[in-house]
Amino acid sequence: METRVATVKMRNITKTFGSVVANDKVWLDIYKGEILALLGENGSGKTTLMNMLSGIYFPDEGDIFINDEKVVIRSPKDAFDHGIGMIHQHFKLVDVLTAAENIILGLEGKLDIKAASAKIREICDAYGFEVDPNQKIYDMSVSQKQTVEIVKVLFRGADILILDEPTAVLTPQETDKLFAVLRNMRDAGKAIVIITHKMHEVEDLSDRVAVLRQGHFVGDMPTKETDAQEMTNMMVGHAVTLNINRPEPVDPKPRIEVSGLTVRSIDGILKLQDVSFTAMSGEILGIAGISGSGQKELLEAIAGLQPVEGGSICYIEDDGTRDELLGKDPLRIAEKGITLSFVPEDRLGMGLVGGMDLSDNMMLRSFRKGKSIFTDRKGPRNLAKRVVEDLSVKTPSIETPVRKLSGSNVQKVLVGREIASAPKVLLTAYAVRGLDINSSHTIYDLINQQKQNGVAVIYVGEDLDVLLELCDRILVLCAGKVSGIVPGRGAKKRDLGMMMTRLGGNSNV
Amino acid sequence: MFKKKEPLFHIVKRGEMPWYFSWGVRAAGIVLALLCCALISTLVTSENPIGIFATIIDGSFGSGRKFMTLLQNTSMLLCIALALTPAFKMRFWNIGGEGQALAGALASAACMILMKNQPNAVVISCMIVTSLAAGALWGAVPAFFKAKFGTNETLFTLMMNYVAIQLVAYFSVVWENPRGSGNIGVINPNSHIGWFPEILGSKYALNIIIVALVTVGMYIYLNYTKHGYEISVVGESERTARYIGIKVDRVIIRTMVLSGAICGLAGLLLVGGTNHTLNAAIVDGRGFTAVMVSWLGKFNPIWMILTSFLLVFLGRGAGEIATDFGLNASYGDILTGIILFFIIGCEFFINYKLSLTKVSRKEEK
Amino acid sequence: MLSAILSFLPRAVAQGIPLLYGSTGEIITQKSGNMNLGIPGVMYVGGICGVIGAFVYEQSLPSREALVPALAVLIPTLFCLLGSLLMGLLFCFLTVTLRANQNVTGLAMTTFGVGFGNFFGGSLVKLSGADMPFLALSATSNCFKKTLPFADKLGWFGDIVLNYSFLVYLAIAIALFASFTINRTRTGLHLRAVGENPATADSAGINVNRYKYLSTCLGCMVAGLGGLYYVMDYASGIWANDAFGDRGWLAIALVIFTVWRPNVGVLASFLFGGLYILHMYIPSGMNLAVKELYKMLPYVVTIIVLIISSLRNQRDKQPPQSLGLPYFREDR
Repeated sequence: METRVATVKMRNITKTFGSVVANDKVWLDIYKGEILALLGENGSGKTTLMNMLSGIYFPDEGDIFINDEKVVIRSPKDAFDHGIGMIHQHFKLVDVLTAAENIILGLEGKLDIKAASAKIREICDAYGFEVDPNQKIYDMSVSQKQTVEIVKVLFRGADILILDEPTAVLTPQETDKLFAVLRNMRDAGKAIVIITHKMHEVEDLSDRVAVLRQGHFVGDMPTKETDAQEMTNMMVGHAVTLNINRPEPVDPKPRIEVSGLTVRSIDGILKLQDVSFTAMSGEILGIAGISGSGQKELLEAIAGLQPVEGGSICYIEDDGTRDELLGKDPLRIAEKGITLSFVPEDRLGMGLVGGMDLSDNMMLRSFRKGKSIFTDRKGPRNLAKRVVEDLSVKTPSIETPVRKLSGSNVQKVLVGREIASAPKVLLTAYAVRGLDINSSHTIYDLINQQKQNGVAVIYVGEDLDVLLELCDRILVLCAGKVSGIVPGRGAKKRDLGMMMTRLGGNSNV
Repeated sequence: MFKKKEPLFHIVKRGEMPWYFSWGVRAAGIVLALLCCALISTLVTSENPIGIFATIIDGSFGSGRKFMTLLQNTSMLLCIALALTPAFKMRFWNIGGEGQALAGALASAACMILMKNQPNAVVISCMIVTSLAAGALWGAVPAFFKAKFGTNETLFTLMMNYVAIQLVAYFSVVWENPRGSGNIGVINPNSHIGWFPEILGSKYALNIIIVALVTVGMYIYLNYTKHGYEISVVGESERTARYIGIKVDRVIIRTMVLSGAICGLAGLLLVGGTNHTLNAAIVDGRGFTAVMVSWLGKFNPIWMILTSFLLVFLGRGAGEIATDFGLNASYGDILTGIILFFIIGCEFFINYKLSLTKVSRKEEK
Repeated sequence: MLSAILSFLPRAVAQGIPLLYGSTGEIITQKSGNMNLGIPGVMYVGGICGVIGAFVYEQSLPSREALVPALAVLIPTLFCLLGSLLMGLLFCFLTVTLRANQNVTGLAMTTFGVGFGNFFGGSLVKLSGADMPFLALSATSNCFKKTLPFADKLGWFGDIVLNYSFLVYLAIAIALFASFTINRTRTGLHLRAVGENPATADSAGINVNRYKYLSTCLGCMVAGLGGLYYVMDYASGIWANDAFGDRGWLAIALVIFTVWRPNVGVLASFLFGGLYILHMYIPSGMNLAVKELYKMLPYVVTIIVLIISSLRNQRDKQPPQSLGLPYFREDR
């Protein structure tokens, strides 16, 4: 085993986006006939690294060798020429075309769908795929689309396959099928890289595992020689002290009671299953989980933006009156007098209007107030000024479209607006994503202030260190189910990591 | 070096530019367009360019009558452009202004013809109500299907134009006067029932004043009312609109009812105020020109006064060249087209810039 | 009754052919994601350029007998193709290279094209010194109108199927060829991908802008032939201003009606042509008004098709997904 040669060698790869270092001098070897699991938390640089191999990005520094030959990969086409194919999370398929047409898209020569279909069937038979070459993409399930993407890559003769979180959109049965196929491909001598942060997948599937943490290469080892505990430790690292202030909850009372909440996506995939919990006033409830575990659906369901299959979401007033929120849209919820603020993940696509200036964006929440047909401009303008001043938003003026602001300033504007309406409930999704340390602390302080004002805060986060220092209780989601609710004080980062990757966090299952 | 073909330049989006930059580029575009038009006119007529410009100006300001016609045509074009603007701001491509205005014109002509024995005030009130309603209906139908089923609004509103045109052609024959002419002729020529009163000694004055009021009203509506604000939010991002609880389909239908009603108003003004007759050409393609007026004016009613004025002014100037030099009347359309191409093209230089940096670095080697 | 049908069908075909050219051209264009509302203008330009070519050629001849039929056909056709190609290039330059709004550009092109046609038409009328407000190019037209010599000897079959000029068969051939190319060749596959999802096409290594340019220019040239057919064949070489009317918009209606399928367009255009002249065959007595209502039919039918296709929401019966949207790689 020791004498085999890596088919891909990445050496000293560094890539920065602005001031963010996504990859810092990463080394990685990929071998033929082996499934490599690339493991790491969100934002650890896994996708960036693989994008450089597949020609989406170009590294700032470092070299890539394929079969010991130094190569330059500038475009997806260059990558194909070197036999590298990547299946992205967002499929690149034309909906109204058939599978076969998509697979041969961009190739040259005479169009011969029959011959192509025959070759597709050949590939399918060789690895155990099920693809109907004549089926239209819009008729396919997500897993079928993914299969088409894989066949597309194989059709072009790729023997190094990279899959970016392929199971995020699949049901367990589909996942099993995919894994079987991937094993077949490995046995046929292909090199396979699967990006994931799900521990059990790594254990199930991979031969070797490489771990990235915050853009650095932490280490790699044969999967057999390690266990979930060790991998989790490598992934999350040691707890870092962030010095986030955590005041004691003030007079906590039940505010939002979620019970049996079940949500299905349009594709019919269960996103949330029988989720129950209670969020208290004057406390911060953290939601942890690997990305796509149902966090988005949970928040949007509470905010009245997500159709729900079953369960209930109750809003409880101080005097004990209960209001069912399910079946109400944001307008009806607001009309009920329930002030519910929501800082969504997609700041410019949902929370704010990119083309509008600061004061117009402030108006989004308040413009309906009053009987007048005219909008009140003064209030929002003053609010904009106040937010700019209080949160030290860097902007040329309050007449600047928010699209022109930097990420952290956009977020300050959004959070500033959402807490300005003196909410009873504050939902935040990835409130500090992409923000520098100072801005992040500004946001934590704001959230703490709200908590002390008696607001029930639900904080969806991805950084476990932050969750551990900020939240009073932490709910861990795993694949749409509640894996457990733990008190924030005294919880162990490793336990959270285990709960995120496995229901209940029990490593002995 | 020739292994990889590097493009000569690449295109980069510009950041925020001060307003004088963008309007400077537009002004430059117009000047270039005018020079181009003058050049072509010089070639066609062998008159010197200065003479051409003098003729153009003469076409609009040559006499009091010409000037009033200029203002009337500008106001009618502006009126339809104003009507389309809220829809455009909502990213709803209403190119059915022609049909919506015709529907309004048809309704008011119907009132004038069918109610010719009623008191004038009653007839005029009916005309106002029915023409606005007819225009609104013509706008609401495509809006309904867009809001509920996502039917392509560009094609739908376009087709609605021709339904209206044929409907008007039908009634032109039904109400023909004299018999066998296939034309309606001047309605109520003696009793003047349904004719709008002349004020300030001109039959155009009332129209111009009404459109001026609509302009101010639309400016306020778009910029200072809750409805206007909702329109902007829906146009910018439907997801954000849902997030803050705006009912998107309701806003679409409501806005198109308004858009259609103002088009109907334009039809009313054309029939009751100036032409006192009805035919399929009464709107005269303004429904289409208005799309360009609104777009070139950046959906801002105040700038649209300028763009509609510019287009009418040039159109009339070109018409004047045509009559003075014995050219065909369609000469105006050619010049209008050329000017539009220049203005459309110059938007690119406002939004993007060409960057040559990479090439120059290579050449240094 | 039979004789009425026998006279109706060829006239419906003759009415339908300009629409078929126009809609085939527009379908080719729209398949690339470009919505060219300038087609009515392009058809005017195509027509008038043909007229200019014919006029120049006829004027250059010493006598009528010197006319070479092949040249009389070739010169106007080349002029027509060149004129419409320039219109197509203009549209592409503004919308693809300069990324201008397609609706606005298209409408401006229609204004320009109709004006261009009427201006030169009117000017040529004046140049020719005719005392009527139209220009007659009957010699050229006769060459365009040549039919198969034995066609009228074959009874009703010959009248309905064979008794047309070459531009009619060319229109059908182009429509069928376009259909074949779009659906059965690699070029067509890439074209569809560009119109549906340019970002995906781009990442598959397809040159999006080149496809947009080529298909739009080609589409304009095909549409321009519709104008040429109208003047040279249908109108017997007589150019009168505005006579072409709103057939350009009807061609766009036909695009929707056929749900972007040129082969269906062949029969659909005859149907539209039939609807257009139906009023002449309906025993409406002296009621001329009803005639105008019949002319409304093609538009109403198109609206109904548009609504039904959006109601049924069948994915392959929809407009190309990125229709009307500009593509800029860095916007992704």
